[in-house]
Amino acid sequence: MKELPVSSLIGSATRFLFFTGKGGVGKTSLACSTAVALADQGKKVLLVSTDPASNLDEVLGVQLSNQAVPIPGVDHLFALNIDPAMAAQAYREKIVGPMRGILPETALRSMEEQLSGACTMEIAAFDEFARLLGDPLITKEYEHVVFDTAPTGHTLRLLTLPKAWTGYFQTNTSGTSCLGPLAGLEQQRAVYEGALNALANAELTTLVLVSRAQTPPLREAERTFRELSQLGVTNQRLVLNGLFKASEIGDPVADALEVRGLKAISRFQDFLNQLPVYSVPLHGNNLLGLDALRAIAMGSTIEKTHLLEKTHPETPEFLPLENLIESLESSGRGVIMTMGKGGVGKTTVAAALAVELARRGHPVHLSTTDPAAHLVETLGTAIEGLTVSRIDPAKETEAYVAQVIETQGANLDPEGLALLEEDLRSPCTEEIAVFRAFAKTVAQAEGSFVILDTAPTGHTLLLLDATEAYHRELGRQARESVPEEVSKLLPRLRNPDFTRVLLVTLPEATPVHEAAALQADLRRAGIEPFGWVVNQSFCCLYTEDALLRRRAKNEIPYLQEVSQKLASKAYLLHWLADEPTGPSALNHLLHQAPNTSV
Amino acid sequence: MKSIQVYDPAMCCSSGVCGPDIDPILPQVAAFLHQLKEHGVSVERFNLSQQPMAFVQNPEVKSLLQSEGTEVLPLFFIDGHIALKGAYPDHDKRKEWLLAHHQEDVR
Repeated sequence: MKELPVSSLIGSATRFLFFTGKGGVGKTSLACSTAVALADQGKKVLLVSTDPASNLDEVLGVQLSNQAVPIPGVDHLFALNIDPAMAAQAYREKIVGPMRGILPETALRSMEEQLSGACTMEIAAFDEFARLLGDPLITKEYEHVVFDTAPTGHTLRLLTLPKAWTGYFQTNTSGTSCLGPLAGLEQQRAVYEGALNALANAELTTLVLVSRAQTPPLREAERTFRELSQLGVTNQRLVLNGLFKASEIGDPVADALEVRGLKAISRFQDFLNQLPVYSVPLHGNNLLGLDALRAIAMGSTIEKTHLLEKTHPETPEFLPLENLIESLESSGRGVIMTMGKGGVGKTTVAAALAVELARRGHPVHLSTTDPAAHLVETLGTAIEGLTVSRIDPAKETEAYVAQVIETQGANLDPEGLALLEEDLRSPCTEEIAVFRAFAKTVAQAEGSFVILDTAPTGHTLLLLDATEAYHRELGRQARESVPEEVSKLLPRLRNPDFTRVLLVTLPEATPVHEAAALQADLRRAGIEPFGWVVNQSFCCLYTEDALLRRRAKNEIPYLQEVSQKLASKAYLLHWLADEPTGPSALNHLLHQAPNTSV
Repeated sequence: MKSIQVYDPAMCCSSGVCGPDIDPILPQVAAFLHQLKEHGVSVERFNLSQQPMAFVQNPEVKSLLQSEGTEVLPLFFIDGHIALKGAYPDHDKRKEWLLAHHQEDVR
């Protein structure tokens, strides 16, 4: 593997650039710094976030919407967020608006309700995305369009949809679909095919896989590389972000961090040899604001020039971890969900709690709603009393389709059956299948512990929206055939004695603020989070390394914000020298003493 | 029977497979309409949340919606006359319509 400077990535930029990868690897920072660097060369650039929980606003310091706005301080740079809720609203208004005053109020309301479902949201957001990529007129004034994408699971789905819908159009004969009557969709069809072609054209599109020198993000990058290669995306590169080299010789924390990175890289040598690899050094400061973004593209670390004072940072009060485990344990059952931004350690915290509760003799089921999850790898081995599963969208869809055909198709003639099968091939079916599997998993917690690791925020918000929308829809239909787990899902999630949501974050600006927004969204849905877990803190580790000391110091305001303003119960986990995989490392995570050395 | 028009309430897709629970009658009705089409009947189907213009353009549908609300949906028109209001045709009804159609054919 030959590491290239990240500035050479900008030199060879194609018209479309995608930044994708596991949550928390620095997609937004790199996408922004690339867009700023291209704009600084005088090129007109559009920066687009496809993440339903976009952080572009915070990084750029501008409030964005679904329309491109100029970014102050950077000539030629424009940015927008594809927000599924707003996209759905626009789509809804396009259909309902002209009917106002013509159709009665009840009819308008039922149209609006129907067009508020998960299906509409996904289609509307996807439609906006596909037009940016597949309709040459919309982006013709821009020389580059840079996409900052949501974490892997959501993005793989977005990038495979043009193919899925194009395929659906080709085989659908009944003339109706979730997208409306197909006859009126010739235009969309051309756009989706255009998007598909753009993705596969190496001279037009570069896909940048962003990773850290850690096992989980590298594994996810490898998987994305493989899946997108199959989709025909040939021009792929990888950026190793936040690469750390110890500045002090013999500092145990710094040495451990560097070694941990080198070990992960060597494990993925075969994969890393297959594509160009760029590297970006670790920064001590939060990468917010234009100066920081310009510094990344230059390949420099801006804090090199600062002299650091050597004081041990003061940490605010956090509750002992024993308190967390005991209060979760006391109910003897229920759902424990870990939520938060990608890369903050949701899976690690979920797995550690599962191992601990199982060790204390409780039957525990550990599952995940994240299509890109790595539960089995995190656990490392089978553990007595602990069962593991995952909600795999493809498998759930297959099972749901089979079940519908068996129950609903039983009374149909072959042609009726063919029609039903055709409707079930719609990419929308996946939404409902995943939702039902989620409801079933939550229902399991009536008799024992279910620990549910969720997908990064954006994806989880959509799942909650879907839950609320389906719940409203069920209220209108009230059929006896509705499975109990589906009708009881929302009441269960809203019951604080049954569902305990843990918001997981790192002590940094973006993950804290994303979790705070998520907490507000949960409260709006009637779900009160149980507590917060701040993960991977450096603040109590004794280190002489200048860069790590700066990071530790920068944590303080965020630790205070969480413990004093945001959380009703706040817990702190220290950074560990070993990757937290396998039962003993997970155990270590929950039984760490405060103010430890590594 | 020469033509049948169906005005559906707001729904995702005509078989209902996109909803949280499938109404078993929807796939059966979809299959039935397909069968009529095979027998040469002109079949048109409109979904309130996708083709609202169709509801406005039919004066009878529009006035029923205004006087009785969305409860009147679905509406089935056979050869321009209302054949069923506020419900999907059950097995007996579908059989009756199919039989009537075949008798017309014979005549």
